[in-house]
Amino acid sequence: MHIEIDEISKQFGATAALHPVSLAIPSGALVALLGPSGSGKTTLLRILGGLEYPTSGRVLFDGQDATGLTVQQRRAGFVFQSYALFRHMTVFDNIAYGLNARPRATRPQKAEIARRVTKLLDLIQLPDIGARYPSQLSGGQRQRVALARALAIEPRMLLLDEPFGALDAKVRKELRQGLRDIHDTTGLTTVFVTHDQDEAMELADLVVVMSMGKIEQIGKPQDIRARPATPFVRDFISA
Amino acid sequence: MSDATFRPATEETPLARRILIGLAATGLAILVLAPLVAVFVEALRVGIGAALESLTHKDAWAAIKLTLTIAAISVPLNAIFGVAAAWFITKFDFRGKAFLITLIDLPFSVSPVVAGLCIVLTFGANSAIGAWLVGNGYPIVFAMPGIILATMFVTFPFVARELIPVMIEQGRAEEEAALTLGAGGWRVFWTVTLPNIRWALLYGVLLCNARAMGEFGAVAVVSGKIRGETATIPTTIEMLYQEYLSVAAFTLAAVLALLALVTLVLKTLLELRHADQLAATHRH
Repeated sequence: MHIEIDEISKQFGATAALHPVSLAIPSGALVALLGPSGSGKTTLLRILGGLEYPTSGRVLFDGQDATGLTVQQRRAGFVFQSYALFRHMTVFDNIAYGLNARPRATRPQKAEIARRVTKLLDLIQLPDIGARYPSQLSGGQRQRVALARALAIEPRMLLLDEPFGALDAKVRKELRQGLRDIHDTTGLTTVFVTHDQDEAMELADLVVVMSMGKIEQIGKPQDIRARPATPFVRDFISA
Repeated sequence: MSDATFRPATEETPLARRILIGLAATGLAILVLAPLVAVFVEALRVGIGAALESLTHKDAWAAIKLTLTIAAISVPLNAIFGVAAAWFITKFDFRGKAFLITLIDLPFSVSPVVAGLCIVLTFGANSAIGAWLVGNGYPIVFAMPGIILATMFVTFPFVARELIPVMIEQGRAEEEAALTLGAGGWRVFWTVTLPNIRWALLYGVLLCNARAMGEFGAVAVVSGKIRGETATIPTTIEMLYQEYLSVAAFTLAAVLALLALVTLVLKTLLELRHADQLAATHRH
């Protein structure tokens, strides 16, 4: 799905988290929102997911105005920073949550839900953990379960907030490839937030560098490396 | 002392430990255990027959029924209000939040007698609302509704106070995740919020219940202590005691203490059986 961000701004009280920013994300792209904390990247991601509403500006999905759509109507698969798995549910029930939450008319049968959950567990290469609770999983396993849970709703796009932030360096490398593979398999337009420039450069097709609520530069990783548009970008990617 | 070298830095010497534990145990024995034992001893002084007989008196029986009814009505209502208040305070940002938290704590700092008087002034026959209500056949003061109001006022903070720290610690991420997965607000509450706070909620309800059954000051002012009608267990105990009916007074007191002990035992059993879940959701 093609996403267009048209002059979006966000005020929290007196502070501006986002100055009007515009950005076009082509269908099927894997995009990184890169910047230090406080740069507005997470706010932008949450606006895409419908968890925050912009103060001004519009969001368009496939050319249609989606600004007023509720979080449920957006059908965005969202992976939270610390994964936010439901701690009192098994992995199976976590992944099935979105399907069980559908209105009766469109809710799949129990057997069909089980089939889909099993398929997703295979996709994240953890076929045997359905009966476990989140507290019994490693950080990397949790991240993959959160990904499977987001994919279960057959989302129109995938939004990830610092998906590798809580992991140690070795696991982080492995899971980067995992995300890339899942993106390539599903073909979903994917936006992830990170403050790690290596991660952004290595993984994304398109990198959006942000600072102080503004977009500093949009470009392919190699172009940003070769031709940083502002002093901030030059400093940030060489850090 | 060879073992001294293995002692963790924060641990006291064995002697200091024994003195501290001894002090705590003596204090508990004098302040809590001895009076509790004395109540039961006094109740059974003339024998269990006399004690049981005093309970069969219709006023005593009416008091027990009234107290249980009051608790059965006011505790669930306060559980609902407490959950709603805690939900509002922890999951939303709004102006006047600090003021609302102070308001929830108010019953802890206001004397129950003052609370009772406030209810009498607001809903008594001398106020406009009270006169209207009495005129239409719904008296509040000197009747059950007043006792329920007084009990709810005094016990209001228990559930909310128990839930707020737990809900703050858990944050909003799980609820947000449920929303992005397509769940509506009501479904999020029943499938995510409520299961996550269930132990803290139960704990708060048990404490609230113990306090609701034992409330004296506010209820004494509001109820008028009409025997067989608006006298609860605590107010009946006081009246019996003033009339030197000590066996009856102490037997009823023992019943009240037993009800509180049942609550405590329930709480302890829950803690033993579900220690791991409690540790995950409830850290005090």
